[in-house]
Amino acid sequence: MGRLDGKVALVTGGASGIGRAAALLFAHEGARVLVATGRNEAAARATVAAIEDAGGAAAWALGNVARPSDAERLVTTTVATFGRVDVLLNSAGVTIPGSLLHDVDAAAWQHVLAVDLTGTFLMMKYCIPAMLDGGGGAIVNVSSVLALAGVPGCAAYAAAKAGLIGLTRTAAIEYAQRGIRVNVLLPGFVWTPMHAVADPAAADPSGAPSGEYAAFVASQVEPIGRWGTPEEVAASALFLAADESSFVTGSTLAVDGGLLAR
Amino acid sequence: MAIIIPSQRVDGKVVLITGCGAGIGRALALGLAAAGADVAATEMPAQLFLAERNAVDVEALGRRALVEALDVTDLDSIASAVAAVREHYGRIDILVNNAGVNIVKPAFEITAEDWDLTHNVNLRGLFFCSQAVGRVMAEQGRGKIINVASQFGLVGYYGRATYSASKAGVVNLTRTLAVEWARYHITVNAIAPTYTATVHNVVGRDDPAFVRELVDRIPLGRLGLPEDLVGAVVYLASPSADMVTGQTLAIDGGWTAW
Repeated sequence: MGRLDGKVALVTGGASGIGRAAALLFAHEGARVLVATGRNEAAARATVAAIEDAGGAAAWALGNVARPSDAERLVTTTVATFGRVDVLLNSAGVTIPGSLLHDVDAAAWQHVLAVDLTGTFLMMKYCIPAMLDGGGGAIVNVSSVLALAGVPGCAAYAAAKAGLIGLTRTAAIEYAQRGIRVNVLLPGFVWTPMHAVADPAAADPSGAPSGEYAAFVASQVEPIGRWGTPEEVAASALFLAADESSFVTGSTLAVDGGLLAR
Repeated sequence: MAIIIPSQRVDGKVVLITGCGAGIGRALALGLAAAGADVAATEMPAQLFLAERNAVDVEALGRRALVEALDVTDLDSIASAVAAVREHYGRIDILVNNAGVNIVKPAFEITAEDWDLTHNVNLRGLFFCSQAVGRVMAEQGRGKIINVASQFGLVGYYGRATYSASKAGVVNLTRTLAVEWARYHITVNAIAPTYTATVHNVVGRDDPAFVRELVDRIPLGRLGLPEDLVGAVVYLASPSADMVTGQTLAIDGGWTAW
């Protein structure tokens, strides 16, 4: 018996990294999954194929979460394909090459805020009515330890991810009595393709962490001293998506190997 | 790429639970047993009959159970109970620090005895249980410690001066032990329940106005129940949470979200 049997999950950023790992795990636990991707069509197809190979049900859709019409269409596509939506994992995110705040390009700032913060808002805005129609649901937003801990060079990303905490808490309060729980995950340093932005030399972000940048980060990530994996974050997303966390709402949960405990 | 499926089970693991009498301790014992763990139910000597009942119910779930007297305020008692559990099972994989007391009084009325008892049980006792079991886990090179803190370790509330101070101590002790013991692959986390209806607070809950005030503060619209904590504790004890350490997870129906 799966922990998400009978449920439908919409996963943004589902083509790679944390979103992909969560899509595979949710499907393994019985959910039918809509894999949403902004531009990564081939990888989204591959995620769906992997789910189907394992005996699960999935479909994929292209959409830029920062655009209201796209966000709305991702929700209507999910409902049209699978009849309902019970779980929304907002994993879509972008970052920009690190630079000090006074060098951050204003348009690049807008882009990060548009995808990482406004995109999650828009997905929630259009998904919540569908969840209310179905009697409730669980929303899991993927923030970052950078929402709470300052790291040089990450102004836009940190601001967007910190915004997700306030967004999560507000939504948790607004919909608690109507069957929708909203929680936020704070992953630590997790080896995903996003890190290729920070380190173009990270040739194969889908493989094991390698290269100077990976070694440097691992040496700095106290106390656990290693990168996290997308699967480790997906396991916590599953906990927050499933009924075993039915009394948890408005909570923040870091999956960071103790980084924020220091 | 292979799909990696982390388990939300604790099959064959040995869990030691303090304060394993009624209420939250009992629910966690049964929940962890249902998820596959063998249980060492420990309680104050005078409450041991409650732990005995839990042991019977754990065995009915097909798991092994052991009952040991453990007074968390007595270091000798901690040492002998931990030794007995280790002797019996050969290992201790999970520690649930659940023993606690709550003296509800306006701050002006709290006595030194009230303060000392609360802190001796909730904070000093929790630390020395963690130290004793942590040594076993460090030798094993693996372990999971789960502290039962409280939402009142995160926010203040009327009449909780000594309780909230002790639970805030638990929240930050959780962080420090997580950092110090990561090298032994021991994770240390806490849960922060909201006001949870148990046999221990039946008297407090006989006032409908008080219950109404509590429920009005909980967005999910009801008091917590011991069973609400089982999912989170099994998750934190399982391989699903291997990368999670130093965290305090609120299970509060949204109390601390606003």
